[in-house]
Amino acid sequence: MRGYIIHPDDNVATALDPLEPGSTRVLGAKAGEVTVVETIREGHKVSLVAIPKGAPVLKYGIRIGYASMNIPAGHWVHLHNLRSDYDERSQTLDGESGAPTEPVYV
Amino acid sequence: MSDSWQGYLRPDGRKGIRNLVLVIYTVECASFVAHAIGRDEEDVHVIGFPGCYDNPYAIRLMLSLARHPNVGAVLSVGLGCEYTQPARIAEIAGKSGRPAQHFFIQDEGGTRSSTEKGKAIVHKLREQIRTEVQRGPMGLADLIVGCECGGSDASSGLAGNPVVGRFFDHLVDAGGTAIFEEIVEAIGLKHWLLARGSDPDAVQALRSTYEKAEAYCRSVRQYSTSPGNFAGGLTTIEEKSMGAVAKSGSRPIQGVIKVAESPPRPGLWLLDSVPDPHFMQFGYTNPNDSEGLMDLLAAGCQLLLFVTGRGSVIGSPIAPLLKVTGNSRTYDRMEEDMDFNAGAILSGAKTLDEAADDLGSLIVRIASGETTKPERLGHREYFIPYKHQDTPSLSAGCRA
Repeated sequence: MRGYIIHPDDNVATALDPLEPGSTRVLGAKAGEVTVVETIREGHKVSLVAIPKGAPVLKYGIRIGYASMNIPAGHWVHLHNLRSDYDERSQTLDGESGAPTEPVYV
Repeated sequence: MSDSWQGYLRPDGRKGIRNLVLVIYTVECASFVAHAIGRDEEDVHVIGFPGCYDNPYAIRLMLSLARHPNVGAVLSVGLGCEYTQPARIAEIAGKSGRPAQHFFIQDEGGTRSSTEKGKAIVHKLREQIRTEVQRGPMGLADLIVGCECGGSDASSGLAGNPVVGRFFDHLVDAGGTAIFEEIVEAIGLKHWLLARGSDPDAVQALRSTYEKAEAYCRSVRQYSTSPGNFAGGLTTIEEKSMGAVAKSGSRPIQGVIKVAESPPRPGLWLLDSVPDPHFMQFGYTNPNDSEGLMDLLAAGCQLLLFVTGRGSVIGSPIAPLLKVTGNSRTYDRMEEDMDFNAGAILSGAKTLDEAADDLGSLIVRIASGETTKPERLGHREYFIPYKHQDTPSLSAGCRA
């Protein structure tokens, strides 16, 4: 199981493989380890440290949004706990598939 | 290996890496005949605009493509009652030194007779450009390369776009021209973008382009993200943006061009394809990937790079399109469509520099005549929508 950190300032890493709870190697700009606490799909993000509610989420060394709740280390970081400063519609999408939940097809 | 090859020298001074006849139709009603003319004809590509009422953006775009470096000759075909005039397109192409012809289907009879006439014309044009075209040495300094990404996933920002960015640095250092677009995929990166302007004029152009794009996204409530992006692990437009702009590399941005403008000098350029305010309000900025590739073609790119993470099966008319993925699983699953696997960067098997050198070698081979996978598969998707941009009025209006 491997994660990848693209900038040393980042507080999230990207899963290069599907991650299961346990110790995961982090490759890239600041190699290390993180203890993952939940299943995280390939390509998705894992928190490397605790990110308090309202604090910036950093990837590529820049703010990619803010934590909408407290995110402990080792957690999946996605639509349910990371919010864009710009795009509001993304908060309504299905967290697993990304598919829209509105409009309702009738 | 040598970084030079034999190119096609056009009478207007441009240099191409392919020698094509371009068939252009001027309304959807003529599209069947145009495609019938191009069917089973080697080195004959087809594009066109579906609208009957004309649109300056679409006309400028088609006029740019009619004078593209890879295009040697042009046939424009209309039905006969649309606004856009095939004769004007042929006239502009002819003024650039390219052999060009045109006709209206209504003047020729019907489907069969028009197709036969068109085929006879493209046979003659092809023969003419094959025998008369001048060949001459070309190198990276003569290349304009455009890059777009589509079907992005987490690998696009970590490997696929960065490898293109590093190649772009190399291309710019060699005196060539690199173009990236998708300013709507720079949302959230205003300060980062402005810091890369090469001089105060470039910074001002980047600022107004960025502010227009952000206002545009806010007003149409559409950001450049799709369900596939979220499923692949991208969460916010800011995150996707930073992955997307990685394709621009690290060299200073010389300025901003609009659709159908060519960069006035070499270096790295941003292409603004976002609609400007207009009473019709038409035009989503990025209706699909093929639309963005047309905009890059219209800037004179002889070669296009397309970065995908989740996979794609599109190609392009006029310029070879080379597909890059940073996702090794995607490469393995779609190898028949993927030209370059940058996934080795993430596994640690290759450094970014090594991968960029490999990509550069492949690009030189493609420029020398080797075909890309989309070319071999026959992909020539194109898409020209109604759109509005504030650019100088057409010096050669196309209305009758």
